[in-house]
Amino acid sequence: MHELSIVMSIIDIAKQQADRACAAVIDEIELDIGTMSGIEMDSFEFAWKQAVRGSVLEGAARKINTIEAKARCLDCDAVFSIHHYFDPCPVCGEHLLDILSGKELKVKSLVVS
Amino acid sequence: MCATCGCDSGGSTAIHHLGEHEHTHGGHSHSHSHDHGHTHAASKTIVDVEQDVLHQNNLLAQRNRGYFDAKNILALNLVSSPGSGKTSLLERTLKDLKGELEFAVIEGDQQTTNDADRIHATGTKVTQINTGKGCHLDSHMVLHALQGMKPKDNSVLFIENVGNLVCPAMFDLGEKERVVIISVTEGDDKPLKYPDMFHSSSLCIVNKIDLLPYVPFDMEKVKANAKKVNPALEILEVSCTSGEGLQAWYHWLKSRVAVPELI
Repeated sequence: MHELSIVMSIIDIAKQQADRACAAVIDEIELDIGTMSGIEMDSFEFAWKQAVRGSVLEGAARKINTIEAKARCLDCDAVFSIHHYFDPCPVCGEHLLDILSGKELKVKSLVVS
Repeated sequence: MCATCGCDSGGSTAIHHLGEHEHTHGGHSHSHSHDHGHTHAASKTIVDVEQDVLHQNNLLAQRNRGYFDAKNILALNLVSSPGSGKTSLLERTLKDLKGELEFAVIEGDQQTTNDADRIHATGTKVTQINTGKGCHLDSHMVLHALQGMKPKDNSVLFIENVGNLVCPAMFDLGEKERVVIISVTEGDDKPLKYPDMFHSSSLCIVNKIDLLPYVPFDMEKVKANAKKVNPALEILEVSCTSGEGLQAWYHWLKSRVAVPELI
């Protein structure tokens, strides 16, 4: 249940950025969340609902870009989608992988007014 | 940045320096708000943020790392489920290597100073962090613990994380290496169930091997599972009760302690 501290960090970042832009209201927040970022989306939703109450993000629309996890096999160079760290290379069956994407966890943009 | 977890957002972290003063660290924040006393016309602006959510934690972790490097401290983040024997491994290590290496310990638990008391009894410098509702240590808590404990140059600092194989995986504390501990009374599929932790660790210690005759734990299977998640993971088998395998762990530890170069 680290998702609550993640949501709190998102609120901090949003507040900081909104203050910097002298914005009165945050209308929208856009997040990049990789499928292997370690975020459990059900917990995230639960934490979000509780945490944004009374914060700068209360009432803001939320857009989540789900980033698919991809890896490169260090043995045969194949690039493929993965769901777990223990997924083997579909071409050669090896486990030595370089994770190319899917670990993202960031605030991409805000729409403020 | 002070982590709070569960439904109470007003949780607080307490840091106890054993044998010294105590202070509570009441969930404060280091960010400052700037109130602008004017309004703008309601035009919408897009702000490109592109900021990692863990940015603040990672920044503080790098500060801790710089502090460790400057003082030539080997900082190890010990992670595991509750009850795998992290504290017992530490107690034994601190006693067996007393006089050979200089140690300091940061203990992370939700409540109590029980673990720190056990470490304190070995004569080692120890600080207890109580995370309150928090399920993991973060770099900010470690930063404050370090300010109070001031570990010695060229020492080994064990940071015993909160017993949890999920949440601590995401939070860099500034450690040199992460050590994951499992015991044979847990399932041999642990690395597959909690892959993030095994993926981010460089050493896996399998503890309580004296109990192997009594439990259906397949050592080869756990090794294969762990290597699937992290092919570079080193694995050591130990028993803190019988002492079996501990020499290999001590050897690993000593090989990591950098000898300071004399100018």
